[in-house]
Amino acid sequence: MLYFSKLRIISVIIFTIIFSYFAFSNFVKFDDKFFSKNINLGLDLQGGSYLLLEIDNRPVITQKLQAKIIELKRYFKEKQITLKNFSLKGDTILFETTDNEIENVRNILNDKESDVNTYYPTYKSHEFDVLDDGNLFSLNYSRYGLVLLKNSSLDQAIEIVRRRVDEVGTNEPNILKRGNDRILVELPGLDDPNRIKSLLGKTANLTFQFISQNNEESFGTEKLSFEDGSRDAIVSKRIILSGDNLVDAKPTMNSQTNETVVSFSLDRVGAKKFGKATSTGVGKQLAIVLDGKIISAPSVREPIIGGSGQISGDFTFQSATDLALLLRSGALPAPLNIIEERTVGPDLGQDSIDAGILSLFIGFLLVILFMIYKYRAFGLIANLALVSNLFLLIGILTLFEATLTLPGIAGIILTVGMAVDANVLIFERIKEETKNEKNPIIAFDAGYTKSRTTILDANITTLIAAFILFFMGSGPVKGFSVTLGVGILTTLFSVYFIARLLTSLYVVKNKDKEQLL
Amino acid sequence: MSNISFNKFYRKFNILSLILIVISLVFLIFKGLNYGVDFKGGTLIELRTTDKTNNISLIRDSFNQMNLGDVSVKKFGNETDFIVKFEKQNSNDPEFIKNIQNKLSSSIGDVDFRRVENVGPKVSSELLKSGIIAISLSLAAMLLYIWIRFEWQFSLGAILAIFHDVIITLGIFSIFSLEINLSIVAAVLTIVGYSMNDTVVIFDRVRENLRKYSDIKIFDLTNISINETLSRTIITSVTTLLALFSIYLFGGEILKGFSLAMILGVIFGTYSSIYIANPILVALNVSQRTIVKEEKD
Repeated sequence: MLYFSKLRIISVIIFTIIFSYFAFSNFVKFDDKFFSKNINLGLDLQGGSYLLLEIDNRPVITQKLQAKIIELKRYFKEKQITLKNFSLKGDTILFETTDNEIENVRNILNDKESDVNTYYPTYKSHEFDVLDDGNLFSLNYSRYGLVLLKNSSLDQAIEIVRRRVDEVGTNEPNILKRGNDRILVELPGLDDPNRIKSLLGKTANLTFQFISQNNEESFGTEKLSFEDGSRDAIVSKRIILSGDNLVDAKPTMNSQTNETVVSFSLDRVGAKKFGKATSTGVGKQLAIVLDGKIISAPSVREPIIGGSGQISGDFTFQSATDLALLLRSGALPAPLNIIEERTVGPDLGQDSIDAGILSLFIGFLLVILFMIYKYRAFGLIANLALVSNLFLLIGILTLFEATLTLPGIAGIILTVGMAVDANVLIFERIKEETKNEKNPIIAFDAGYTKSRTTILDANITTLIAAFILFFMGSGPVKGFSVTLGVGILTTLFSVYFIARLLTSLYVVKNKDKEQLL
Repeated sequence: MSNISFNKFYRKFNILSLILIVISLVFLIFKGLNYGVDFKGGTLIELRTTDKTNNISLIRDSFNQMNLGDVSVKKFGNETDFIVKFEKQNSNDPEFIKNIQNKLSSSIGDVDFRRVENVGPKVSSELLKSGIIAISLSLAAMLLYIWIRFEWQFSLGAILAIFHDVIITLGIFSIFSLEINLSIVAAVLTIVGYSMNDTVVIFDRVRENLRKYSDIKIFDLTNISINETLSRTIITSVTTLLALFSIYLFGGEILKGFSLAMILGVIFGTYSSIYIANPILVALNVSQRTIVKEEKD
């Protein structure tokens, strides 16, 4: 165990130097990207926001079901099959058919080539589950139909979220899917998440609808309130134009009224629709509705045919900028709720780094002093192994761009405390062996050999804990499991290569001395 | 090598452990754990005031006026730093935190929100579930590992020792109403690993000695093994505790609960490796035949 070939010695040294270099690269700057890697700081250390958003898919499902009813009606009408009494009860479409058509309708809906109820061969499932009881049919989204619907609305939402976050211009945001109805947004270095939160909290469904002449709510109209909550208005349900037709929006100053407005331009289809509607509706009030609230309702003085217009409202420059941003990025398919938020201010992050480094330094110093007190020369060897262990650990974390969190720093300090264990096990074993064995080289060899299984056992148990934490934990806690796990590997390396190399050199040189350890 | 008669006190310490476990369980069942926002849901705000005359009751009063449900205010390290926790969390209102900050500024002067954690009820129950799964999974994995490596008598001893450490550590958290959050789950998992580590070292030695001495009864054999590994046990506990105390004292307020749980875990883990794991071997009357039989299979 004590013998080292030259090649082995050199490779241990090179390996240690390379990884240690990356520990230092955190503190020096080079032009080359590879050589000036930095460890990633977690949000709890550099400050920033972690937002977990959940899509509320209920409105999408209702919308899709309503569209499905229309599709079914049209489809069966073409086939000259009578369906009647369509209704939507919860998430179930209900309809009736005549007795002699039951078989026919059932076959169409359950056909694998069906046009109205798509079949997905990969899932072996239709989009809708069809049940029939006599002449009463009911259609429900199948499990996979629902999954596909959720996935597609999530994909759309994530795209819109990305656009909105990018427009605000934070550095290196991280936007990820979580499951089939959640989006994780990590915004490092952001000290005020309020703006992004309110931007992401808006669906931004923009519609233009005429204000009805009637004062009572009736068929085809709805009652909406103004955004400032001051009053209500009866608005026609017919949507003249929606945000989908917008190609650009930006905040501008209206030179006549001297107020901040949002000016927008429309695509060709939108411009046509808008022109037609405004030419028939001169004199009427046109409500500009955002997420069910009226922003403003100017009167149409003349037809707007140029495909561009302005939205006025009680805007500050900031709120006009935000509205323009929302309109440019498009509407979310469904509302997003923030179900988890964790924000750390940058100065707290810096305080945590300082405290972490201070406690690492003190813990390290105490352990080093204790080991020298306990083992003298061998304590020094264990300490050298410990120092290189620390460099290796930080080096590897840097090289692989792992994320360092506050619990991660705690993991490093804990590694410092537990890393000496392996060397202690070996040294104690050697002490025992020296009692019966006069030749120190043989005693040292036996010490290493006999303690090996125990050391492996002991480290594997901690590694198991680290692994489980890595897969189950989230955020900062995951950072802890990474440093703890990598720490065990570097510990084993530093004990079996670095410390053993130093021990063997020392023992061979001093083999004639009494009581080496 | 030391020669302390640990085995003389097996019974006494077993009774002590049993009492501690019963007390812990009573507290865990009847008082329960003080879950933080991670597991209970709600909002946590770490704030720093600019006005030094602000005190806990003043801050509590300002928060109480906002209808946020149960509010708790605690000092957090510095004079000017406070942790405020309340039940309400509002995922539908993105301006929720901003409004609180505005109201607070008008009543107690400028405040800086250094940290905000807002966890909805769905997420908190998921986090709690995955925390429990993580701890159970790690216990199962340890059991599996030690079952492969050792005979069942040893596995039982090691697992009971781990249960002992986890239950008592959580019991202490319950008695003193210390907060349980995500980092405590990490601490508990590390305790499980550490306790196992410590037990395995002694067990390895017991097994080695079982092969070596056929005429020594397990009662004395465990004592020999404990003594032989004692200085390692002490040194490793000391260095680990040195590191942990340094985190506890200098690592900042956020890591206090985590390091405290670890400190308790290391102390009980070290104790249980000696006084829980070994007496189990004695009670199960492990002998040379136990391991020889297994090795023949």
